[in-house]
Amino acid sequence: MATGDGASISGAVSVAPGGEIANAANDSRRFYLTREHHPENGTLFGFWLYLMSDCLVFACLFAAYAVLGRSYAGGPTGAELFDLPLVAVNTSLLLLSSITYGFAMIEMQRGRVPGTLIWLAITGLLGAGFIGIELTEFAHLIHEGAGPGRSAFLSSFFTLVGTHGLHVTCGIIWLITLMVQTGKHGLIPENRRRLMCLSMFWHFLDVVWIGVFTFVYLMGVLP
Amino acid sequence: MPLVTGLMNFVVPLQIGARDVAFPFLNNFSFWMTTFGAGLIMASLFVGEFARTGWLAYPPLSGILYSPDVGVDYYIWALQIAGVGTLLSGVNLIATIVKMRAPGMSLMKMPVFTWTALCTNVLIVAAFPVLTAVLAMLSLDRYCGTNFFTNDLGGNPMMYVNLIWIWGHPEVYILILPAFGVFSEVVATFSGKRLFGYASMVYATVVITILSYLVWLHHFFTMGSGASVNSFFGITTMIISIPTGAKIFNWLFTMYRGRIRFEVPMLWTLGFMITFVIGGMTGVLLAVPPADFALHNSLFLVAHFHNVIIGGVLFGMMAGITYWFPKAFGYKLDPFWGKCSFWFWLTGFWFAFTPLYVLGLMGVTRRLSHFDDPSLRIWFLIAAFGAGLIALGIGCFLIQLFVSFRNREALRDTTGDPWDGRTLEWSTSSPPPAYNFAFTPVVYDNDTWDDMKKSGYVRPLEGFIPIHMPKNTGAGFILAALSALVGFALIWHMWLIACVGFATLLIAIVVHTFNYKRDYHIPAKEVTRVEDIRTRVLAGSHV
Repeated sequence: MATGDGASISGAVSVAPGGEIANAANDSRRFYLTREHHPENGTLFGFWLYLMSDCLVFACLFAAYAVLGRSYAGGPTGAELFDLPLVAVNTSLLLLSSITYGFAMIEMQRGRVPGTLIWLAITGLLGAGFIGIELTEFAHLIHEGAGPGRSAFLSSFFTLVGTHGLHVTCGIIWLITLMVQTGKHGLIPENRRRLMCLSMFWHFLDVVWIGVFTFVYLMGVLP
Repeated sequence: MPLVTGLMNFVVPLQIGARDVAFPFLNNFSFWMTTFGAGLIMASLFVGEFARTGWLAYPPLSGILYSPDVGVDYYIWALQIAGVGTLLSGVNLIATIVKMRAPGMSLMKMPVFTWTALCTNVLIVAAFPVLTAVLAMLSLDRYCGTNFFTNDLGGNPMMYVNLIWIWGHPEVYILILPAFGVFSEVVATFSGKRLFGYASMVYATVVITILSYLVWLHHFFTMGSGASVNSFFGITTMIISIPTGAKIFNWLFTMYRGRIRFEVPMLWTLGFMITFVIGGMTGVLLAVPPADFALHNSLFLVAHFHNVIIGGVLFGMMAGITYWFPKAFGYKLDPFWGKCSFWFWLTGFWFAFTPLYVLGLMGVTRRLSHFDDPSLRIWFLIAAFGAGLIALGIGCFLIQLFVSFRNREALRDTTGDPWDGRTLEWSTSSPPPAYNFAFTPVVYDNDTWDDMKKSGYVRPLEGFIPIHMPKNTGAGFILAALSALVGFALIWHMWLIACVGFATLLIAIVVHTFNYKRDYHIPAKEVTRVEDIRTRVLAGSHV
């Protein structure tokens, strides 16, 4: 049992002088590293995996909307409720915020803390504007008696759009946190990695919103 | 399921020659989320009641009209909290396997258990968000008066059934794939041979992973989706038996001309192969939609899924526990009581479930507490006898744990390689040190450790260097505890506590991100001390 593991075997070279890898006894192959092994950091990859799982949450909500989106139960329809110009303004705010986040990342690559912070702040304000308009829209709908409990269509509408809005809100909280941390510690590798993750998150929400705008609003007003 | 995840969490880093998982803090947090999720279920035993809506809580029964009490809310929040843990742990293990393999270990040199763990975690990441979403919709129906799954105002309860099974079917593969991995390791080790058909084993696993998303509707052929939809799902279901059959043949060919040692893990594996094949065949019967219309909701179905879950997952976990127990705890489990447990389980299983197949074919439905027809009695009595045997099997397992703990000095594994294993986890001590491997291994072959032993590998005795490790932290526990508090408050509609708890949770997460000092180095002196102890132990075991 386990003969090769025994300390009883003699004549072994355990560390090759000057070399990085150690030698085995009667085999030219080397079975372990003698320097420290640092696997590549997996944070960005892991964050991609998380985003894909989040994408599936949205996929389910989109599927629910696809099934229920025309179940008005005698209540108001999308064509009657949606105010497309307002939603268009909202969409442009969010798309613009993706561009400004891109500018923040360019500043980060150049190593400029103030520039990064300014563009992040603009991104956050655009995001806040988006949330503000969305909440106004929701309040208006509920005030008109078209709340989430009115019909299955409105249930799936509020849940899909609201889940997206909740994500953007979390993104804003995260963005403020990162601004404080970048201001405090500068653009150290940890902060750069975090800003990269938030960047992916922010653009991901933009892509989801394009889906929402198309499938919920534009197609919702079709007869 | 937590057992399966736990096994992967323990074995995978050791098999791929890593020091830890990719995200140690996340791992800790995931564990506590699962624990607190389970804790919420336990709490329902004492405060309030648990869901009385079956395994999957179908609406409208689970809706607020028919289940106005807190039972379904316990179900929802326990699953949501544990589900977040499972999902994050899935992300973590995928990143670990993709990014942290030892140098030289290409994907096609990974041990098969690691392969099945990779596929399992892909399934977890792709399936659990669906559970999260569908439970969120159910809770909105219950809490906010929305109409996703209600009978009126346009709701559609069958959408719940579809969505929950889009999670639920991959979930059963999440359970069985790691068990397949365990059997692959056990068969190769106890036959003293390289696994037969490694590549086909990997491809079979991947094919099962993909197909598991295309079969969910076979859980409700009777929904009335029409002939073409039912045919599609019936055929995809039958196709799954092909890669599974390929695996069975691979295990058989691995044993062929092997020097088989009938140790306890191998017994479980053999029991599995016979039991699971029969369970698989009844599964193919059920996959035929017209047959399913007759057998749906009958005891035949109950017998089938117990046949694959007990014969597959449970036997697999028993094999896995017995196989890796010495690695985790440093001593073997007592083989006598292990064999008793195995034989009681195996015979008990067949006594208990064969009658259910017969009863199911005679039309007996599930979920009834008693039957008036005296001609059925004999079959139920046989099944009850089988259940008694299984109880003895469980008892023997508990005795086995106790006896092994008592005799742990006699059963101690000093070599780190008690079974003459073939993969990397057997190259380090039992239990492994905190850093797993003093030096990162370099891999040339599928069966790395076997390769190392055959080519005269010698354990390094000096030249140790400091090892980079994650620090301990209590943050995971605190965050999970706060989540459970929020869940509990939501179950009981204590809005103030829920809001304050949620705000605290958010603040705690943000505060945690301000901690940048998350790692440290184990000094070389400490590594040398630990390795010297092992050198002495090894010298003693080889005299």
